[in-house]
Amino acid sequence: MSNYRIQGATGEWEVVIGLEVHAQVTSQSKLFSGADTTFGAEPNTQVSLVDAAMPGMLPVPNAECIRQAVRTGMAIEAQINKYSRFDRKNYFYADLPQGYQISQLYHPIVGEGQLLIEKDEKAGIPEDKIIGIERIHVEQDAGKLMHDQHPTMSYVDLNRCGVALMEIVSKPDMTSPAEAGAYVRKLRSILRYVGSCDGNMEQGSMRADVNVSVRKVGDTELGTRTETKNVNSVRFVMAVIESEVRRQVDLIEDRGTVVQETRLYDPDKNETRSMRSKEDAHDYRYFPDPDLLPVNLEDSFLEECRASLPELPDAKRTRYIEELGLSEYNAAVLTVEVETFARFETLLDITAKHLGKPESEIATTVANWSMSTAPGVVKSLGDEANLEYATAEAQAAILGMQGAGDISGSQAKEIYEIVLKTGRDPAEIADTEGLKQVSDTGAIEAAIDDILASNEDKVEQYKGGKDKLFGFFVGQTMKAMKGQANPQVVNQILKGKLG
Amino acid sequence: MSNLTDLGVAAIRDGVANGDFSAREVAEAFNANVAAAADLNAFIVTTPERALEAADGVDADRAAGKELGSMAGVPIGMKDLFATKGVQTTAASHILEGFTPQYESTVSSNLWAAGAGMLGKLNLDQFAMGSSNETSYFGNVTSPWRRPDGSNTPMSPGGSSGGSSTAVSARLAPAATGTDTGGSIRQPAAFTGITGVKPTYGRCSRWGVVAFASSLDQAGPMAHDVRDCAIMLGAMAGFDPKDSTSLDLPVPDWEAALNSDLKGKKVGIPKEYRMEGTDPEILQSWDNGIAWLKDAGAEIVEISLPHTKYALPAYYIIAPAEASSNLARYDGVRYGLRDLPDGAGLQDMYAETRAAGFGDEVKRRVLIGTYVLSAGFYDAYYNQAQKIRTLVAQDFEKAWEHCDVILAPTTPSASFGLGEKDDDPLGMYLNDVFAVPASLAGLPAMSVPCGVTSEGLPLGLQIVGKAFDEQGVMNAGLAIEERAGFTAKPEKWW
Amino acid sequence: MSVNKENVAKIASLARIKMSDDELERMVPELNQILGWVDQLSEVDCSNVEPMTAVIPNELRLRADEVNADPKTGGDRRDDVLANAPAAEHGFFGVPKVIE
Ligand SMILES: [Mg+2]
Ligand SMILES: [Zn+2]
Repeated sequence: MSNYRIQGATGEWEVVIGLEVHAQVTSQSKLFSGADTTFGAEPNTQVSLVDAAMPGMLPVPNAECIRQAVRTGMAIEAQINKYSRFDRKNYFYADLPQGYQISQLYHPIVGEGQLLIEKDEKAGIPEDKIIGIERIHVEQDAGKLMHDQHPTMSYVDLNRCGVALMEIVSKPDMTSPAEAGAYVRKLRSILRYVGSCDGNMEQGSMRADVNVSVRKVGDTELGTRTETKNVNSVRFVMAVIESEVRRQVDLIEDRGTVVQETRLYDPDKNETRSMRSKEDAHDYRYFPDPDLLPVNLEDSFLEECRASLPELPDAKRTRYIEELGLSEYNAAVLTVEVETFARFETLLDITAKHLGKPESEIATTVANWSMSTAPGVVKSLGDEANLEYATAEAQAAILGMQGAGDISGSQAKEIYEIVLKTGRDPAEIADTEGLKQVSDTGAIEAAIDDILASNEDKVEQYKGGKDKLFGFFVGQTMKAMKGQANPQVVNQILKGKLG
Repeated sequence: MSNLTDLGVAAIRDGVANGDFSAREVAEAFNANVAAAADLNAFIVTTPERALEAADGVDADRAAGKELGSMAGVPIGMKDLFATKGVQTTAASHILEGFTPQYESTVSSNLWAAGAGMLGKLNLDQFAMGSSNETSYFGNVTSPWRRPDGSNTPMSPGGSSGGSSTAVSARLAPAATGTDTGGSIRQPAAFTGITGVKPTYGRCSRWGVVAFASSLDQAGPMAHDVRDCAIMLGAMAGFDPKDSTSLDLPVPDWEAALNSDLKGKKVGIPKEYRMEGTDPEILQSWDNGIAWLKDAGAEIVEISLPHTKYALPAYYIIAPAEASSNLARYDGVRYGLRDLPDGAGLQDMYAETRAAGFGDEVKRRVLIGTYVLSAGFYDAYYNQAQKIRTLVAQDFEKAWEHCDVILAPTTPSASFGLGEKDDDPLGMYLNDVFAVPASLAGLPAMSVPCGVTSEGLPLGLQIVGKAFDEQGVMNAGLAIEERAGFTAKPEKWW
Repeated sequence: MSVNKENVAKIASLARIKMSDDELERMVPELNQILGWVDQLSEVDCSNVEPMTAVIPNELRLRADEVNADPKTGGDRRDDVLANAPAAEHGFFGVPKVIE
């Protein structure tokens, strides 16, 4: 249970949150037509006669959209319904050419599932928490209205109209903005792992309808909820909850009542307002779409879907900790984004091969490099860095030299800087720029003998108990070696000679 | 040379193929009849140039020795429910007046590919809602038939494919397309003394056909006789990946397999169709049909379809419900009529456009459909009706354990005068009482002319078959046709 | 079940069909006649009956995820899509201004 509480004039309140996330299914063509789904095209160019609801047009479902919804359901450990149906949701709006949205009400393709959000004490999530998922259904997206292009008209662009969405409906299990934010982030991560949605919130590939109600702490009945539509970032989801909680508490404490209604979020004002256009759209007259037969999924299809699933975030995180020996923090950070773990795993693989060592032995080094050292170098170079040069090969070569003791940590950084600026080969840089450690014990021993001979008084003092002088000998040796001696070797020999 | 416009599909096809006459001559002859029949109001638009163009193509192909299609040289009428590229398509509604599709329906495409030409777009009940052809925005269609009592009362050609039935029976076209949702091919065929087939649901693609009730709508041929229907249905039917309810089955050569010998076949006579108050002349025609089929070698068995009584009310929930949703797209945004009073908002525009664009019967059905789907009523009405539909379909399934086809009247009466049933929507719905059960079950069914009433008006008999068995239906139809000796023709008065 | 004028007005508004008072008055008995007649369906005990979903035994076919595989159901035909529009401007459909 989160400890998120709102202090009102009459006491403490808590919030109950449910999210309906609309995630655009990754597919080439639309759910029921062959029109392209690519984002950002000229208005109405990606519109078929079917999408424009010309008389006599009929829907034919896209197999890939069904497959992706099923895979997504499997990824949240949900029940997959072998029998599902499409229903029509009837209402009139200019972005809805058919006068109905083809959706799934009575028999959704995916039933109950769940998702884990991880504890994050800083954010107010004291422990790991399971959020229930009610269902996932597949439906058509609507078109887009533009209101600011003409003084008296709105313009309709149907490019998005008919694009496949998964509506992922959570249970009202979240009790703080932080939990809702964590839920959306985790859901996005899973969708991107599965590859069923690109998770691009700026382009509207993921939008959340945020259902919020409040109640006095200790009450068990749910309050009246409002639904704020189409919230398109994690930050805004959290902001919507905060402002809606405040509004509802104030309203109730002022002896008002919360109206069950659809609201819209205005990020500029950071407030929600009632949505006029949806005022009377409450009787949707759902019924099974008579143009479409029921969807019956075969066992072989389900098996194929399951076999195609990648390792998912929770499993990967556990494996990083248990098999690779990474810290919980490193494992968590590396497994959020598909790009991050992909970079890490590639680098780990190549580096392990370079060194001929098992991955578990070098995983922490590689993790530190890819989480902090490498990004640090890139950041310090700014515009000077050419990221095309930041190949896994080059980085693995550097890590390989470091792992073999050929270069020091600071030399690795310096070499990587040069790589990013020039694209030169790391080994060649180490050679020609003198960025190498001397581990040759003969040379180091000779230098140390010289230094000990010319500093007999200090040797005496050291032996007499002045331990601090050890640093002095190291410094002298490094100076004599022009900074290129392997510090470990230097330490070792010095210790031997000083007894 | 015989009068070309007396010929049917097979005779024209064969005559053109043999070089007895050219396709162009045929097209010209029918174009002339069409032009002279404005009084019947069978066409919303005529397209004589399209008929000629197709005919010239056929003549050129023949001259070049190319293989000709199954409808080569046959000009037809196209019900104005089929989208025709570049030719206004209205569903007989004001709301679609001026709408010019940029696409061609699958069925009409198939017909053109088979060598047919288009004489024009045929009038119908608005959005195919009606049984008398009195709901068209473009005026009533008048049947070529009259009572021979000298009253000259304009008669109903039936509906909704009334333009089609009039055009064929008046020899304005040798054949026409129809669509049947709850009897809209069979009933007008019966009223005008022609033959019409509603195939199994899914045989003909619905792509590009203005939807009335998606789970019921089926296209089919209307022509003079069974053979002509078999040929034309063969050209219309076929799997269409654009219609996800389309049947992925080969199209049989129905014409080649026509056979009126019914030895070994069982014909079911549903006892529930002997409804109280049915016109004795209808019952007599039914008895004649039974005798003819016996004569053709069939065994007659009594069967029971116990839920018959409930089929029509179930239909009048399901069809309007689907229609209320299918017709939501007519909103004045992307095509068709827009009625935008000064200062009106979007939702006002919808309400004004739809008020101005839809006729009374369409409004009535949209309202009923909206009501039965609305919150709190869905289970009592729509879901209950779909359950009844299951029972009606199960009745047929059980009947097939005892018989191969079912014989019944097509309609409870012969044609009536236009306007005679104006004030009685429910009375009008009862026209489809015999036709609707097969529609609810998606089964193939046809009407074949079987005689005339004492008033001199045609009557039809209906044959219903098992799913996919159009052949069995048409074979029984042929057996009746051969024995009924129906030769009556409307006298030309227009 | 039966409807009164207010019910009909609400249905007409849901269906977006503007109706005058006169029209509403006229529609009430017509709809009640039809509704009274279809009410006979409630006589039938359907407690163990599944509602019909597919009228003819047939499988839902799914299509392959391909762009513009068939021009009849593909995009890239803006001119055709806009050809019949009562108000088309700059490649958009125009509608009276909507306040969301
Ligand atoms: Mg929602
Ligand atoms: Zn949704």
